[in-house]
Amino acid sequence: MNPEEIYNTLVNKFGESVLSFDTELVGDTSIHIASTAIADVCQFLAETDTLLFDSLMCLSGLDLSTKDEEFSVVYHLHSIRHRHNVVLKASVPKTDAHLPTVSHIWKTADWHEREAYDLYGIFFEGHTDLRRILLPDDWEGYPLRKDYQEPDFYRGMRVPY
Amino acid sequence: MESTQPTESKIIELKPFTDEMIVNMGPQHPSTHGVLRLELRLDGEIVREAIPHIGYLHRCFEKHSENLSYPQIIPFTDRMDYVAAMNQNWGFCLAVEKLLEADETKDFAVPERAEYLRVLICELNRIASHLLSFGTYGMDIGAFTPFLYAFRDRERLLLLFEKVCGARLTYNYIRIGGVSEIIPMEPGSVFEQNFLEEIEEFLDYFEPKIDEYNDLLTANSIFAERTMGVAVMTAEMALSYGATGPNLRGSGVDWDLRRDEPYSIYDRFDFNVPVSKDIPELGAVLGDCWSRYKVRMDEMKESVKIVRQILAEGLPDGPVMADLKAVRPPKGEIYFRSEAPRGELGFYIVSDGTPKPVRVKGRSPCFSALSAMQELSRGLMVADIIAIIGSIDIVMGEVDR
Amino acid sequence: MSDFSSDGFFQNINLQDGTNWATDFVQDVIIPRLPEAAVGHFPVELGTVLVMIGCAGIFVALVPLLPLVLVLAERKVSARFQNRTGPMRVGPWGTLQTLADGVKLLFKEDFIPPQGDKVLFLLAPYIIFASSFAVFAAIPFGQSILVSDFNIGIFYIMAISSVIVMGVIMAGWSSNSKWSLLGALRSAAQIVSYEIPLGLSILTVVMLVESLSMSQIVDSQSNGIFTWLIFRSPFTFIAFFIFFISSIAEVNRTPFDLPEAESEIVAGFHTEYSGMRFALFFIAEYANMFAVSAIAVTLFLGGWEGVLPGYDFLGGLPGFVIKTLGLVFLMMWLRWTLPRLRVDQLMNLCWKYFIPISFFNILGTGVWGLIFQQDDVWSIGISCAIIYVGLISAYAFAGKTLARKPEPQVSSA
Repeated sequence: MNPEEIYNTLVNKFGESVLSFDTELVGDTSIHIASTAIADVCQFLAETDTLLFDSLMCLSGLDLSTKDEEFSVVYHLHSIRHRHNVVLKASVPKTDAHLPTVSHIWKTADWHEREAYDLYGIFFEGHTDLRRILLPDDWEGYPLRKDYQEPDFYRGMRVPY
Repeated sequence: MESTQPTESKIIELKPFTDEMIVNMGPQHPSTHGVLRLELRLDGEIVREAIPHIGYLHRCFEKHSENLSYPQIIPFTDRMDYVAAMNQNWGFCLAVEKLLEADETKDFAVPERAEYLRVLICELNRIASHLLSFGTYGMDIGAFTPFLYAFRDRERLLLLFEKVCGARLTYNYIRIGGVSEIIPMEPGSVFEQNFLEEIEEFLDYFEPKIDEYNDLLTANSIFAERTMGVAVMTAEMALSYGATGPNLRGSGVDWDLRRDEPYSIYDRFDFNVPVSKDIPELGAVLGDCWSRYKVRMDEMKESVKIVRQILAEGLPDGPVMADLKAVRPPKGEIYFRSEAPRGELGFYIVSDGTPKPVRVKGRSPCFSALSAMQELSRGLMVADIIAIIGSIDIVMGEVDR
Repeated sequence: MSDFSSDGFFQNINLQDGTNWATDFVQDVIIPRLPEAAVGHFPVELGTVLVMIGCAGIFVALVPLLPLVLVLAERKVSARFQNRTGPMRVGPWGTLQTLADGVKLLFKEDFIPPQGDKVLFLLAPYIIFASSFAVFAAIPFGQSILVSDFNIGIFYIMAISSVIVMGVIMAGWSSNSKWSLLGALRSAAQIVSYEIPLGLSILTVVMLVESLSMSQIVDSQSNGIFTWLIFRSPFTFIAFFIFFISSIAEVNRTPFDLPEAESEIVAGFHTEYSGMRFALFFIAEYANMFAVSAIAVTLFLGGWEGVLPGYDFLGGLPGFVIKTLGLVFLMMWLRWTLPRLRVDQLMNLCWKYFIPISFFNILGTGVWGLIFQQDDVWSIGISCAIIYVGLISAYAFAGKTLARKPEPQVSSA
């Protein structure tokens, strides 16, 4: 199935929760999903026989600019059995970055979500072990946010060089 | 009335488990392949739980990338998987080139000669990477000699890489639109001939060595005892954890991007994809440490095959760089993955039309494979932990980025 | 018991008897050379003790040279196996490398973990070092080249070498490091377990020779290669291999080097040691290696007796050393070829295979001793024939499993 067919399938199934099909940009096309419905959509994609997205290739947080009001979380899915790909995007407001976890569907999402939490401060609800993964546990702030300011000192060590 | 039944009250309760001991394996440990820290909850020799802690080699690749132009990012990819840096360069360049190609306003294509050189060098790099994996795995299991044999052969490959790009480990050889011309290699020149001859010489020397290594380590009874049936990763588990490359094929999933989603010129070559299966007469279980290790040994042979085909064809004439004034991809985003020695290396690049990317995410195969560690290691022994780490073949530079 | 006290170890320090070799030396060599005025006043007892200390000094000075040579040998041997040259810089062909390393270790900081048990930490290397060198006292290097020929020689060796495990546990415990503790416990379990097949294999020899004395064991093998105990019965032949493999486990070398498996538990019980204390562990390891090989040679391979009867050039010392170094080389060969076993496999090998086979061996040796009351051409001939047939059939049987090779696995697509 190509992304457009997948989009239509999702619209039929989830209706309002599937927001738009984004094709105007060069490169990958992506399907926007309402952040509250992302786990259900993923569950559907992973378990429906015609779709069977058995692997989550990549899960990334995305902050396009300081002007944006929202973060995105991008899901790159792939099905080895059907050999098709799809890109899902879910947007969450920066002030309240919460969305449901998909780590119960694909176990690899566990660490990827921890990474997104670590670097963007996006909270995945229902994640069993949402800790910092790459940065030290006592690091302050979320470095990949566009408005991130480096701390002057970390444990007495000067940070900016 | 329990007192009337004295025999029952005298049953001694056997408590097979004793107190737990928490041990930190790493970040400085001889066989955690870098700076991985495993928090082990031990009951004697038995591991109740092994919790991986990563991030000791985090160098903010993604943050750096947002402040650099596209060609400047390539040296950073070198430092991701420093054992197979050519493949990392290539993975990133492929993703950017995909974006450039998608821009219809410009006519962009990677020259033929560059494609051949890329496949040639990257397959050799794959051999070098698997050699290191084989050597260190032997050392993890306790055999020191294979390690030195592997490094002896890898040394010859590194000298070849040095010839072509001047560096032994962090090459920065594959550039966006072609390959580096820092050491010019004219088509048909003596340098090119010598280079190809040396590769041929190496392959002639190396191909029988693979069998020798199989005799020395793969078929060794102690090695087989230690790795067969240990830490079985089923196909479902491998897919769910996002294990890719040899780890996925070691679980019996027949999937190789070079064959199934051919990029560059891989569709022109004839090679097999090693996939593990159960071998009951040896004792190997599908998805165990030995299967994952064996896939790498077999893949080296396939890489040799690909390189031999390139040598037979010879490198085509022409330039090695596309005519590219500046790398300025159009507004858009791409996720492109390629088959690096450790699995699928994906780069997610978001461009806003400026020379600097808005977002670069490196999806590293080791990162995903390592997350399976906790489940794989439950209930095994300390020595098995080492066997697992070696068999999923992690490079911490790539895990932590 | 009377035999025990009159003929053996205690005779050597029995000064009243006057038959001690050191006393003889004092009376025959020293006293005639003294000035006449001093003859009557020379204290014979003191002289005897001094002579004994002097001889022990020579021994104590010479034996530590062995590890020095062996460490270099190990490095050179492994280098040959691995397409390297090994140490080449210090001295001609790097022959002084170990000396340089020793000097370096001597000057290194002697770090003592502050949270550990200081007394035990300091004591442990000495216990290991002392006990591994005490073993040499009972090894006959050649005809009359042995420190003490006591009648329970092999028993003494077993007893003394068991003390090593105490030092290992002390080292592991007092370091206050979890890796050290793990290594020490692995080592304890391993050494204690492998002592059983080791002892049982020795017992087969003792049953045939009917003596615990090392010199008598050697004497019984004095009629050429076929009277060596390894060929004297099929059971001793098996016992030799069990003894040799168990002794590799005893000295913690690959494939049984779990207590100091550097890829698993860093360095095991001596992780926290540095400087000279570490060097003591290192020297003890190589001394042990030589000692167990020497014991194997004495028990099974004729000791200092030659391949042909009556060959005793330099008291048989060169032959003994060559045979022992051969076994040491075999140990090195195994170390640089084989991977390491896991701890449960190690225990399986010991308790499920070696110990039952050893018991069977003892039974068999007893039966053999009943059938052939003395060693003659017939018993040795039959023994060699059985060994030959056994080897051939074992090769035919194991050949198939040894020749198995995993085929390359490729997808059908």
